Amino acid sequence: MMDTLLAALAALLTLQHLAYMLLGVSLGLVIGIIPGLGGIAGLSLLVPFLYGMDPISALGMLIGLVAVIPTSDTFSSVLMGIPGSSASQATVLDGFPMAKQGQAARALSAAFISSLFGGVVGAVILTGFVLIARPLILLFGSAELFMLALFGLSMVAVLAGRSLPKGLAACAVGLLIGSIGGAPATGEFRMIFGTEYLYDGIPLVIIGLGLFAVPEISDLLRKNSSIAEGNTLGSGWGMGFRDWWKNIFLSIRCSGFGCMIGAIPGLGGSVVDWIAYGHAVQTAKDTSQFGKGDPRGVVAPESANNAMQGGALLPTMLFGIPGSGSMAVFLGGMVLIGIEPGPSMVGPDLNVTYSIIWSLALANIMGAGICLALARPISKLTAIPFQLLAPCMIALICFAAFQATRDLADLVALLVIGLVGILMKRFGWPRPALLIGYVLAPQAETFFYQALQFNGWEFLVRPGVLIIAALTLASIYFGLKNRVDDTGPTGEVVQTSRASRNIQIAFALAMMVFFGLALWDASQHTMLGAVFPMGVGIVGVVFGAILLVHLWMGHEDHPAFFDYEIVGDHVGKEGNSWFWTGPAWIAGLVAATALLGFYIAMILFFIAFLQLRAKASWFTTIVMTACAAGFILGLAYMLSLNFPSGWLQSAYDLPWPIR
Amino acid sequence: MKALFNTTRRGAIAMTFGAAASFMLAGAASAEVSFEGKTIEWIIPFSAGGGSDTWARFNAPLLGKYLPGQPTVVVVNEPGGGSTKGTNLFAARAKPDGLTILGTSGSTQFPYLLGDPRVRYEYADWKIVMASPTGGVVYTSPSTGVTSPEEIGKLADQKLIYASQGATSLDLVPLLGFKLMGLDVQHVFGFKGRGDGRLAFERGETNIDYQTSSAYIKNVQPLVEAGTAVPLFSWGVLDENGNLTRDPTFPDLPHFGEAYEMITGKAPEGPEYDAYFAFFTAGFPAQKMVFLPAGTPQEIVDAYQAAVEAMKADPEYQANKEAVLGTYEQVTGQAAQALFEKGTQITPELRKQVVDMLAADYGVQLGSD
Repeated sequence: MMDTLLAALAALLTLQHLAYMLLGVSLGLVIGIIPGLGGIAGLSLLVPFLYGMDPISALGMLIGLVAVIPTSDTFSSVLMGIPGSSASQATVLDGFPMAKQGQAARALSAAFISSLFGGVVGAVILTGFVLIARPLILLFGSAELFMLALFGLSMVAVLAGRSLPKGLAACAVGLLIGSIGGAPATGEFRMIFGTEYLYDGIPLVIIGLGLFAVPEISDLLRKNSSIAEGNTLGSGWGMGFRDWWKNIFLSIRCSGFGCMIGAIPGLGGSVVDWIAYGHAVQTAKDTSQFGKGDPRGVVAPESANNAMQGGALLPTMLFGIPGSGSMAVFLGGMVLIGIEPGPSMVGPDLNVTYSIIWSLALANIMGAGICLALARPISKLTAIPFQLLAPCMIALICFAAFQATRDLADLVALLVIGLVGILMKRFGWPRPALLIGYVLAPQAETFFYQALQFNGWEFLVRPGVLIIAALTLASIYFGLKNRVDDTGPTGEVVQTSRASRNIQIAFALAMMVFFGLALWDASQHTMLGAVFPMGVGIVGVVFGAILLVHLWMGHEDHPAFFDYEIVGDHVGKEGNSWFWTGPAWIAGLVAATALLGFYIAMILFFIAFLQLRAKASWFTTIVMTACAAGFILGLAYMLSLNFPSGWLQSAYDLPWPIR
Repeated sequence: MKALFNTTRRGAIAMTFGAAASFMLAGAASAEVSFEGKTIEWIIPFSAGGGSDTWARFNAPLLGKYLPGQPTVVVVNEPGGGSTKGTNLFAARAKPDGLTILGTSGSTQFPYLLGDPRVRYEYADWKIVMASPTGGVVYTSPSTGVTSPEEIGKLADQKLIYASQGATSLDLVPLLGFKLMGLDVQHVFGFKGRGDGRLAFERGETNIDYQTSSAYIKNVQPLVEAGTAVPLFSWGVLDENGNLTRDPTFPDLPHFGEAYEMITGKAPEGPEYDAYFAFFTAGFPAQKMVFLPAGTPQEIVDAYQAAVEAMKADPEYQANKEAVLGTYEQVTGQAAQALFEKGTQITPELRKQVVDMLAADYGVQLGSD
């Protein structure tokens, strides 16, 4: 045992291995900074180079890449409010407000130090846990996995915002969106409305970008200032480090959660950041700053998401079951270098397993170190006038969005979800609640159906189920007690929101129409395919109705009322432009793509935006457009991808980037 | 819709930046067909990671090495619609110049055989380059009282549970096979892959399962040795005449036909067996195939087939093939053609029979137009 540990360590600390790992780490950092390009893209880039490498070096490179993506994706989450990947969606909630207050460097350094710590704690846990993991993982049957999905959903309680019916209705919307596409029990296609795109459901990256990035961009576009709004950049990483140190126990707990949730196959890592965030809120005494720039809201998810990557290695290595898209590519890479996952990874191949686990720890240290060094210079981005940053951000999120299926429909979906996100933000509907519902819908439905098939209703009295049920109840209790509100200031402002009551009712009615549509669609399906959307739809209608009653009858300062256009911090300031400015520009880009294909559309968009909106000089316009066009072209070339095509491409035969 | 794939990505870059691709030295280029300085796009209608992607990424550099002119072969993932999207794209756009090839899988064949409305491709139009067979082993839990393959008859009157990826997925083969054998199997759907299904077996939630050969050897053999799994039969392989024979990887295990005979006392035959056999061929012996688009000149097809034959002798191919391909040889020429025909053809009656059964027993609707 000790021999294996030492042998693995010796193999790890050779110069060659470290050099390859640094290569992987560097690539991971670059890939991670670009939103939407997660581990899948990075690993696909590396795979062609794996031939002929010795397995330990090749593994080092792969792990270096996988390990740092949840570290560097924090940059775009904190600085631009664009979730860099599904692992750092929760970081946006407090990280971005901190950046807006000029504390970007502080938020980033708190995030990176937490990432580093989480990654190392994850590796330490794995070192011991890997030997006993097989039987423990097998304890989680379909019934327990269903309960874990419910536990994840219980986080809605803490993230439901000021009005509980609103939060629950938002969650129901998410659950219904998550159930679009093939039903797990019968394979029948639900809510596709004759569109081929919806057969596979709406991809997670589109939901994440639409709900969080589009509203922020659209908001910033109206204000004509920089992200940091003229605030100074604030003190650097020292404060971030102190923020983390004050919350070290929170960081340890979240790392543990992250590692465990990652290790359970089937749940997927997409909720781990939300569970960690929810936990931070539930255990905090003063929750008033959450959603407005509380460093704990950064420390918790960042500690968890790096530890989660380590945990996710376990099912991949021990059972050959990848827990996420990037783990699937990692598994493919392992097979290409001749390592087959299986029980032997804790037997004769234990040294490989240990070199993987510690490579992970090392890569986390390297990655966080580099990111810390970069935090200050990169955070200066937030001081750039937004009109110059905006076209880049819009192009980036569109580029990220069509990574999903490389189709124009991705951009249309982004626009639609973006509009929903903008309106939800305006009327105080909690977007995290929708997202959690969306992510957990397939799990909840599939595992419930499977548990019933395997165990019948007796599954409810399995000991594991009872334990998780107790945890879920506790989570709901603490959640309701410490509910966070990310919708802005409270107090007298609530009263004035009542002024736009009619339009708030209209939005709630639109949501009711969506529930109605889902119920109508469910009625067209077989019992097994319909029971989940039917149930969720009814729940949605009930809470939507309660909300409508509140909005209809509510007294002046009823918590159901919220309109950012009345109480937002931009109100009363000068230079606010039209509310629909942001979506209009994005819609323009999408329309041009439908006509000319993405690449030409993007170039025209840059020129038009910089000239008309930013009123930049022709010199700036041309230089920026050329840089952006070259950058996107280089990325597409390396990733071997074709841009979404439009009418022009179907009519004429054009050469590559514009075909 | 006009064709698109004429200028390759790397080609365009080369033009844009004036790279000296044409000066590159190339190996012995054949007089007629040469892909010198070109990039070949290998469309994989699945996302990165996973079986088909790994298979293509293993083959791509080797194929490029042995094609005339040593082109670069890049894997382009076009996932969506259970692989119908990327395949439709290939059918609509690829030009017969040998610069675009398609890799399909059983998941591409099945919707075609079942008449899924999303399918807008026609296999018969294409030219096959290579077929990559695979195999698998069915095993059961000792809790059924079965201790060896010979005792498979004991399963006949038992309640069996199988973790399935879906009635129209590759798990249609076990579904049809078990039904043919008269086994009473409850299929629980919604599993993400065979690995996921094996986990359910290891947890004791199911008592019958199958794994493809390499996964079986790596992950189930230890269970067999520990006494927690009992192998029953292999799906079998096809000999050069298209007859079912024992899988050479598992010479001691009966193949599906033999197992059928052990249970029922007679050799399998009849329309239900024919239906099973069509899907079995599309799912195992002809699971992964590489195609050139309609109208590709015979010289290009020949150049590709020759490249595949040459690459099989490459030491790198030999060294890594077992991890990626299992123990099966990739085939070209007549053998590939035979598999291609058997794995992509089904009579309308047999199709209707399977579709009707899926609708009646499992409520499967294949979407609407």
